Amino acid sequence: MTAAFLRVAILPLVAGFASLALAADIPTAERRSGSEFMGPETRAMQDDDTTNPGMLWVLDGEAAWRRREGAADKSCADCHGYAQTSMNGVAARYPAFDAAKGRPVDLEERINMCRSEQQKATPLPFESQALLALTAYVGRQSRGQAIAVADDARTYPFIAAGREIFERRQGQLDLSCASCHDDNWGKKLAGAPVPQAHPTGYPTYRLEWQTLGSLQRRLRNCMIGMRAEPYAYGTAENVDLELYLMWRARGLAIETPAVRP
Amino acid sequence: MVVLACSAAAAAPGEPALRSFAIVGDAIPDSLTGAPGDAARGRAIVFNRQVGLCLLCHSGPFPDEKFQGNLAPDLSGAGARSSIGQLRLRLVDASRLNPATIMPSYYRTEGLTRVAPAFVGKPILTAAQIEDVVAFLATLQE
Ligand code: HEC
Ligand code: HEC
Ligand code: HEC
Repeated sequence: MTAAFLRVAILPLVAGFASLALAADIPTAERRSGSEFMGPETRAMQDDDTTNPGMLWVLDGEAAWRRREGAADKSCADCHGYAQTSMNGVAARYPAFDAAKGRPVDLEERINMCRSEQQKATPLPFESQALLALTAYVGRQSRGQAIAVADDARTYPFIAAGREIFERRQGQLDLSCASCHDDNWGKKLAGAPVPQAHPTGYPTYRLEWQTLGSLQRRLRNCMIGMRAEPYAYGTAENVDLELYLMWRARGLAIETPAVRP
Repeated sequence: MVVLACSAAAAAPGEPALRSFAIVGDAIPDSLTGAPGDAARGRAIVFNRQVGLCLLCHSGPFPDEKFQGNLAPDLSGAGARSSIGQLRLRLVDASRLNPATIMPSYYRTEGLTRVAPAFVGKPILTAAQIEDVVAFLATLQE
């Protein structure tokens, strides 16, 4: 992990965001989605829309897309038309920088911004079925597209902050995310292969959850495993982590809604 | 030889503080409790995925145990490779032997970040549990 210490030491010296990629990162050619670490049954379940349980939320999301809501009595479709075209590729570039807020927002927050500002409706709670369904529906419109979050002068500090959290040892077990996902991917933690932690398929149907869940929920699970206090839903730390993970997964294809063990 | 005396970190109210111990070179020669541990209890701790957590990372000469990890060396022969005192320091604070290790420090409550409230101020294993695990590891001679 000397490499990890070096990375942290070097990072502030890196002049331009073009150099965000560092030598110790997983090389592009070795980057693999979590689906490549799963057994054939789970992959088959994900790849067939008739067996992928996440498609139930996508269908709910499609109905919600057309439903008029809030004081404005407008549906998503009233403004955005067909999601197949208007939302095509959108999820592949979130979290994205929001100029008014001066910080990145993830897809869930972006949808909620339209709920409150455009529909004049109350925002949907994190992890609610309604928000998961809309996020899954919007995410589904990017399936197969390469992840490409912006890395520019505005997002750079947030990507760097996410990386710093990823490499920080935390919790009673004193592990960092990088201890497992950069340095030991492909090995077995008890019976389970350690994936590279690419957020290719969120919201994801996790067999262990028996339901669909957000990326932030998945991050909570790993924090709890480290015996660290999870970041609350919607906090800057979680969004920075999401952004760093998406940047780290650049080029991999979106699989939403994925199935994971 | 470096001799380092370490003593109790501040413990949460009602929690016993960590006992003090002396590190001599790469070992803690004396039992943390003053008594030898129990190898059978140690075995149960090592096998328990919520208590010892050892088999999340390690495998060992335990053919009937499913789902062993391979993030760390096999524990076969661990008791032959190290003395009792070396095993004790390895468990108490592996980061003193290798600052970059991923093996948790089982008897350290300081220098940690954002520990979940339920675990704040508590070591992963108690002094008595450390002695039990050390006694079990010492039986792994081949
Ligand atoms: C002790 C090792 C370990 C640590 C530390 C750890 N994880 Fe994980 N992580 C895992 C394992 C194992 C899985 C896969 C779980 C499964 O398939 O049941 C996983 C899954 C994930 C996934 C899901 C990937 C996918 O394909 O959907 C993400 C994202 C993730 N981890 C992020 C993190 C982050 C962020 C941290 C730090 C806050 C972290 N992990 C810390 C072991 C770890
Ligand atoms: C009254 C019109 C209106 C309604 C209703 C509306 N939106 Fe929006 N939405 C907008 C506008 C305007 C933008 C900003 C477009 C821009 O910045 O280019 C936007 C942006 C978005 C974006 C970000 C797109 C991008 O390219 O980054 C998403 C995702 C989105 N809306 C989802 C939804 C969803 C889901 C709903 C229904 C819950 C919804 N919107 C309802 C007007 C609306
Ligand atoms: C998060 C992973 C992890 C966990 C959990 C873990 N270890 Fe380790 N352990 C390691 C690694 C990695 C090494 C290799 C040496 C190093 O990193 O310094 C190691 C080394 C050792 C060694 C010295 C190597 C040898 O076999 O001679 C012993 C003994 C040992 N561990 C015992 C244990 C015991 C007992 C437990 C449970 C109480 C445990 N470990 C839990 C990762 C772990």
